[in-house]
Amino acid sequence: MAKAHVKMTVNGREVEGLVEPRTLLIHYLREHLNLTGPHIGCDTTHCGACTVDMDSKSVKSCTVFAVQADGASITTIEGMANPDGSLHALQEGFRMMHGLQCGFCTPGMIMRAHRLLQEIPNPTEEQIRFGIAGNLCRCTGYQNIVKAIQYAAAKLRGETFAEAAE
Amino acid sequence: MIPAPFSYHRPKTVAEATALLHSYAEVARVLAGGQSLIPMMKLRLANPEHLIDIGGIADLKGIDRAGDKLVIGAATTQHELQQSKTATEAAPILMEASLLIADPQVRYIGTIGGNVANGDPGNDMPAVMMCLDASYRLVGGSGTRSVKARDFYHGTYTTALRPDEIVTAIEITVPPAGHGWAYEKLKRKIGDYATAAAGVVLTVSRGKVATCAIALSNLSDTAVLATDAAKAVIGTALEKPALDAAMQAARAVMSPASDTRGTPDYRTHVGGIMVERALKKAFSRAKG
Repeated sequence: MAKAHVKMTVNGREVEGLVEPRTLLIHYLREHLNLTGPHIGCDTTHCGACTVDMDSKSVKSCTVFAVQADGASITTIEGMANPDGSLHALQEGFRMMHGLQCGFCTPGMIMRAHRLLQEIPNPTEEQIRFGIAGNLCRCTGYQNIVKAIQYAAAKLRGETFAEAAE
Repeated sequence: MIPAPFSYHRPKTVAEATALLHSYAEVARVLAGGQSLIPMMKLRLANPEHLIDIGGIADLKGIDRAGDKLVIGAATTQHELQQSKTATEAAPILMEASLLIADPQVRYIGTIGGNVANGDPGNDMPAVMMCLDASYRLVGGSGTRSVKARDFYHGTYTTALRPDEIVTAIEITVPPAGHGWAYEKLKRKIGDYATAAAGVVLTVSRGKVATCAIALSNLSDTAVLATDAAKAVIGTALEKPALDAAMQAARAVMSPASDTRGTPDYRTHVGGIMVERALKKAFSRAKG
């Protein structure tokens, strides 16, 4: 089987290479580009740990061939921190609100939340929960993930997150 | 899991795609969003030697309305469909069903053409298209033809699509203003296929159901039009005897598989309830 040439922009950097057509995007990112932030969880399109941003869409990179991403612009968790190295509002939110325990789902959660907040800058709790329905977390029970996203949404709007009384 | 090796093709036009399909006939598969096909290839349930990626064909995108005709390009993603006021205002059942498919990531790249052409009884759009009496535009080596959704599905993964054809668009006659619609889906969790689901499109005149179409998802080896169930409610205001008759008639055409979603008896039971809920919701939304 002839290899295919792919060229894409990953975290602002142009990359190109030869891949077998069956190479999944997650393997291209992790094994060819050494970007091991996107995780392989279930490998069956369920868990969302491999979520990356592809041309302004959240996709599960275990269910996209690298050849389908030819010409695309990809952002992974490695591309989220600010240029000065300080944390992105979502990363800060997950830290401040204890949005993770083991951390395995976190890169996918943050990438999905990133696109959600691009589309809905001031989401309701229900919109957040519906928006991250394709990402599974087995530690947190989601409560603090929702708060982390609310924290980031407030910060990105220039506001301070006021946690609702429980 | 990594799929078995294949040769990859990315045609730029429908003609190129159908020529490739003609050349490789039985050993090729069309890749649209890939959200069903790639998992199947990982599990070796599909082993195409040639993969024809239609993602680069601009003609397959887009949603247009002219008069009462709505045409949805086959490569339109669920996400794009949801963003289209043209489509979702003309037939709101498209939005209701689309939001119940899989999860956000899958909806960003999963296509409506893939959903209708796949032939899996668990896909949601075939029943919706049966309710709307939509037609699929099929293009192949011998030209273009149109097949009604109601005639398209022959069995699980078996459809009217010929080996050298692709679905290029879905054509819908827009239901009348004031029509009622609903798609009710019982599922175990987000992302799951339906345990049982039912779609309804109806019109109401002087407080009574004037026209009605009911279709079922994942309750037989294909999506099914429940014709007798629809007849049972026409001319009624959905009083209990009419609803009971509709549920009974719908259950009579169900033959769900026994799987992790439940036994055939259970799925048939809840299938009837999905019909009842969809009818009530559609009726409450209708004007007339």
